[in-house]
Amino acid sequence: MPAPARRTPHPREKRVVFANIDREGYTPDIACYLRNGGYDDLKKAVTMAPGDIVNEVKASALRGRGGAGFPCGVKWGFIRPGETKPIYLICNADESEPGTFKDRYIIHQDPHQLIEGMIISAFALNVHLAYLYIRGEFPLGAKILEQAIAEAKANGFLGKNILGTGFDLEIHVHRGAGAYICGEETGLIESLEGKRAYPRIKPPYFPAVLGLYQCPTIVNNVETLCHVKHIVRMGGAEFAKIGTPNNTGTRIVGVSGDVVRPGYFEIEVGSLTLGELINDLCGGVKPGRQLKAIIPGGSSAKVFRADERFKIKVKGADGALVEKEIGVLDIPMDFDTMAACGSMAGSGGVIVMDDSRDMVETLNNLNQFYAHESCGQCTPCREGALWMRKITDRMLAGGGVESDPATLTSVSNNIAGKTICAFGEACSWPTMSFVAKFPEEFAARATKPVPPPTPPEFLSQTLTGGNH
Amino acid sequence: MQIPPELTAQIDEAISHYPVSKRSASLPLLHLFQENFGYISEEAIDWIAEKLELQPIHILELVTFYPMFRRKPPGKHHIRVCKTLSCALAGAEELKTKLCAATGIACDGHGGCHGDPVSVSADGRFSIESVECLASCGSGPVLMVNDDFFEAVTDAEIPTLLSQYK
Repeated sequence: MPAPARRTPHPREKRVVFANIDREGYTPDIACYLRNGGYDDLKKAVTMAPGDIVNEVKASALRGRGGAGFPCGVKWGFIRPGETKPIYLICNADESEPGTFKDRYIIHQDPHQLIEGMIISAFALNVHLAYLYIRGEFPLGAKILEQAIAEAKANGFLGKNILGTGFDLEIHVHRGAGAYICGEETGLIESLEGKRAYPRIKPPYFPAVLGLYQCPTIVNNVETLCHVKHIVRMGGAEFAKIGTPNNTGTRIVGVSGDVVRPGYFEIEVGSLTLGELINDLCGGVKPGRQLKAIIPGGSSAKVFRADERFKIKVKGADGALVEKEIGVLDIPMDFDTMAACGSMAGSGGVIVMDDSRDMVETLNNLNQFYAHESCGQCTPCREGALWMRKITDRMLAGGGVESDPATLTSVSNNIAGKTICAFGEACSWPTMSFVAKFPEEFAARATKPVPPPTPPEFLSQTLTGGNH
Repeated sequence: MQIPPELTAQIDEAISHYPVSKRSASLPLLHLFQENFGYISEEAIDWIAEKLELQPIHILELVTFYPMFRRKPPGKHHIRVCKTLSCALAGAEELKTKLCAATGIACDGHGGCHGDPVSVSADGRFSIESVECLASCGSGPVLMVNDDFFEAVTDAEIPTLLSQYK
């Protein structure tokens, strides 16, 4: 029941953002942070021109760590030069993608790293009011962050005339209240405006154009904002040397489910394969069990079947692209190969399932989640997510009919791409991929004959005289 | 409904965080009311709406949208058990069943649903709610009692865990 013992980093890890996580004697207060070189990067940043910081972030090729993997520098570049409206910065700490557990540790153990990253980002973007949107289920995290903000203010890193530069910034913590959709940046903004978290209609595609209070707004994930601090320290070009081209830096991945040692690891992007992560870092699947399925990037990512093979294009010795066949466990932990194999690196949450798991039951758990979390704004998602849940519920209860797998596929195909926000994809990809990759399990639970169609004389059109 | 002076101060502080729009303080105020009174009453909805110069529907629609807000009192100690995939793989459903048995709460087996998810024990000491992902997937099954967080909870630990909450 007490928090699991502090863990030592695995030798394959490269800890940058997580450098202070689980360190013996490291505490979340500012004194400890300052003893460890805290706020030195901010001191460096305020000597730089804001535009230069943005350029360093662009040069770093840092991709957002929240799930979409969008280049952070490009997002920042959407702010128009000479913008006259106020610009807002929002830290998205609504960590709620099932399988993802990384921001929790930064917030609880090293809050000042995040605050420093936010101050540097605000300085670079000319922001004077920033919000830290933290999910409601982190009440202690919210208190720790409020304390960190007060300490930073007392030490002159926040408030008026920061470090004598004339730059002013206030950061306020804003607690969510249990809605997954607040992780979607425009939903988050609506929520911060005191409304239901209905994602906004696109375009504009980015809140950098129209965001909080109809002003330009940058929304970044906790981990992304922490990276900004390290980019300022090492320089964008140096940061870009970590990882692989277009997949730079380190990232935190969390492994949960049926492995011997679940947990979080900060790895150089692309430096190890899914197989190495599961077998070497996490000790493999439990004794006597076989690997069955992996969800590689948070519950919304399409599932991989353990025996799947993929044909991907890799650079040969002469630099030309050659086709190569790889298995699931050979997929490097990066953004691009994961996408080329038909899933996504997403939020870095890897969920492993062994051969003791029933795939219909597993999908049903996710369908319950998505049916519960759909905001209800778009019909395909509101009705479809619930419909898929009802079907898998019925299949588990023994009432699966022969047409159920096809209906599941058809419903999911009619959600993705037909909604205002990416929740449509998020809720349909699990169903689409589970049914496609484990057809035998779904067929085995869908054996009852399809009920005969309603006789024509009882159709509603007939009964109402065809007027409706 | 009596608003204690400390709460008034907290409310004013919360509103001051949103210089552009008072409406932004809706969620913070709902949290403050729920912390103080245990749930969101009709009276609270009217009071917050008036304070923020909104219509009551603007507050009610938040209470019905955001799963954390309750419209009925919970038990003295409110238990939230994570039910999402990683915790489910780690045995969350069995844990919830055991918790229900230990607290004398009728377990509906389905984990409650949005709208009325909270089951309260007869003595009012505990209430249980199944919630979606609590973001600690590597150490499941996890649960919260009030604001306290517990990881990798085993059946054997249940009696000690509950005994901390009188």
